[in-house]
Amino acid sequence: MSDDLQALIDSLPNLGSAVVVTLEMTIGGAALAMLVALVLGFGSRTRSLWVRGPSRVVIEFFRGTSLVVQIFWLFYVLPVFGFKMEALAVAIVALGLNYGAYAAEVVRGSIESVPTGQWEAATALNIGTFHKVRRVIFPQAWALMIPQLANLLIQLLKGSALAFYITLHDVYWWIDELQRDTRDTFFSYGVGLVIYFVIAYILTWGMNWAEERAKRRLGRGTRPRLRDVFGLKPGVPTEIARVKGGVA
Amino acid sequence: MTNASNGTPAIEFKDVVKRFGDNVVLDKLNFSVAKGDRVTLIGPSGSGKTTILRLLMTLEEANGGLILIDGDPYTHEYKGDKWVDIPEKRRREVRKRVGMVFQQFNLFPNMTVLENIIEAPIHVLGKSKAEAVQRAEELLEQVGMTDKRDFKTNQLSGGQQQRVAIARALAMDPEILLLDEVTSALDPEIVADVLGVLREIARTTDITMLLVTHEMQFARDVSNRVLMFDHGKIVEEADPETMFTNPGHERTQEFLKAVLGN
Repeated sequence: MSDDLQALIDSLPNLGSAVVVTLEMTIGGAALAMLVALVLGFGSRTRSLWVRGPSRVVIEFFRGTSLVVQIFWLFYVLPVFGFKMEALAVAIVALGLNYGAYAAEVVRGSIESVPTGQWEAATALNIGTFHKVRRVIFPQAWALMIPQLANLLIQLLKGSALAFYITLHDVYWWIDELQRDTRDTFFSYGVGLVIYFVIAYILTWGMNWAEERAKRRLGRGTRPRLRDVFGLKPGVPTEIARVKGGVA
Repeated sequence: MTNASNGTPAIEFKDVVKRFGDNVVLDKLNFSVAKGDRVTLIGPSGSGKTTILRLLMTLEEANGGLILIDGDPYTHEYKGDKWVDIPEKRRREVRKRVGMVFQQFNLFPNMTVLENIIEAPIHVLGKSKAEAVQRAEELLEQVGMTDKRDFKTNQLSGGQQQRVAIARALAMDPEILLLDEVTSALDPEIVADVLGVLREIARTTDITMLLVTHEMQFARDVSNRVLMFDHGKIVEEADPETMFTNPGHERTQEFLKAVLGN
C-alpha cells in the first residue's frame, strides 16, 4: 500500500495537466453542445420543413451513432479526406455534436413547455420573433432545461474518458499510467473513481447554483441556501419547502 | 397606408371564415366596428367570440375573407383573385394599433411589473427608457399598482396581475383594445376592482374596445353596442339597453335567461 501511495504522490504532478485536458474537453464540448442544441432545438420546431427536416436528421444521426465510433471517425477517417484536426479538437467536436444532439431535445422540450400564453402575449405586444425568444421565452425555458442539461454535462465529462483512445493525456490516461506503475488495479481505478466523482460533483454544484439563480429570476424559489447548492438533489429542497409553504 | 377618414371603420370583417379542422367556427362573418365604439360580444361558448379577438390579434389565421384595421388589410388580401398572406413586416405595422388583455393575464414571470410594462414600448415602439418608465408609472398609478412596481409577477394576486396586464397593453397606446374574458379567472370579490379600472379607461379614453365577457352589467355600463353570436354568426345586434331588457331573437332570450338566471 505504501508503494501505491508513493506511486500516487510521484504521479500527482501529471494529474494537474490531466485534469486540465479533461476540463478542456468537458467545457469545450459542453459549450459546443449548447450551441448545437440551440440551433437544432429551435430548428426542429420551426414551421419550415427545410429547416426542421435537416435538424431532425442531424439530431437522430448523432444520437443514434456511438460516441466512440464518432471519435474514431473524426480522428482516423476524416484525415483520409484531407481534413485533419488535433486530438483535443476532435474530442471537443465529437462530444459537442453527440451531446448537442441530446441537448437539442432538451431545448426543444423546454421551449415547448413554456405556456402558449407567453408567446401570445408577446405577439399581442407586437414583439418580433427573435426578441420574443430571447427576452421572454428563453429565460423561462432555461430554468426548465438546467436540470436535464446538468445530467448531460456529467455524462459528457465521463464520456470524455474515451479521448484516451485518441492519444490525449486526460484523467483516464493518468489513471491508466497509475495502474501501470502500481500494478494495483483496485487502488488505481479506485483513485480514478474518486477523481471523476469530485469533478462531477463540482460541476453539479455549478449547475445547481445556475438552476437556483434561474428560478429566482422567475420569482420562484429563494436565494439559494448552501444546502440547496451543495446538495446532491438539484433544486429539490427549495421546491419542497415552497410547496409545503415553509419558505416564503 | 392608413385611411384615417372618419367614415372608415376601426375594424371590419368581410366574409371571414375560420375553421378548426372540420369545425366551422366563423362562417362568412361580416361586421364592422366604428372608431371609439365599445362593442361587447356575447353568446354561448364555442360561438366564435374569442376566435374573433384572436384573429384580430393574429393569434389565429383566418381561412378566408378579409380583416381590415382602419381600412388596411391585416392578415390577408386579394391580389387579383388570389387570397395571399400579408408579409409579417406589414402585419406588424397594422398590429401596432391593436392591444389585447387575456383571461390568464400572461404576464412575463422573468420580469418585474415595471419591466413587463416597458419591454415593448422600448423595444417595439423605440421609446427611451426614461420615457417608457414615466408612462409606465402613470399607468401603474391609473390601475392602482404603483407600490408593486418592482415586484415579480408571481408575487401578485390574480386581480393585481390583471391590472398590470391592462397597464401593459395600454403602454403600447393601442387604438383598439381587445378584452378576452378578462375577469373569468378571478375570484369574485376581485372582479369589481378590475372592472372598475376598465370602466375608468372607457370613460377617460377614446380607445375602440371589443370585449368578450360574461359580466353582463359591465357590458351594459361600458359598451354602446352588443352583438349576440351563435354558431359563428351574429344572430342579433342592439344597444345594451335593448339587448338586455328586450332581446328580439329567441336564441338571445334563451342565452340571457341562462346567464342572468331570470
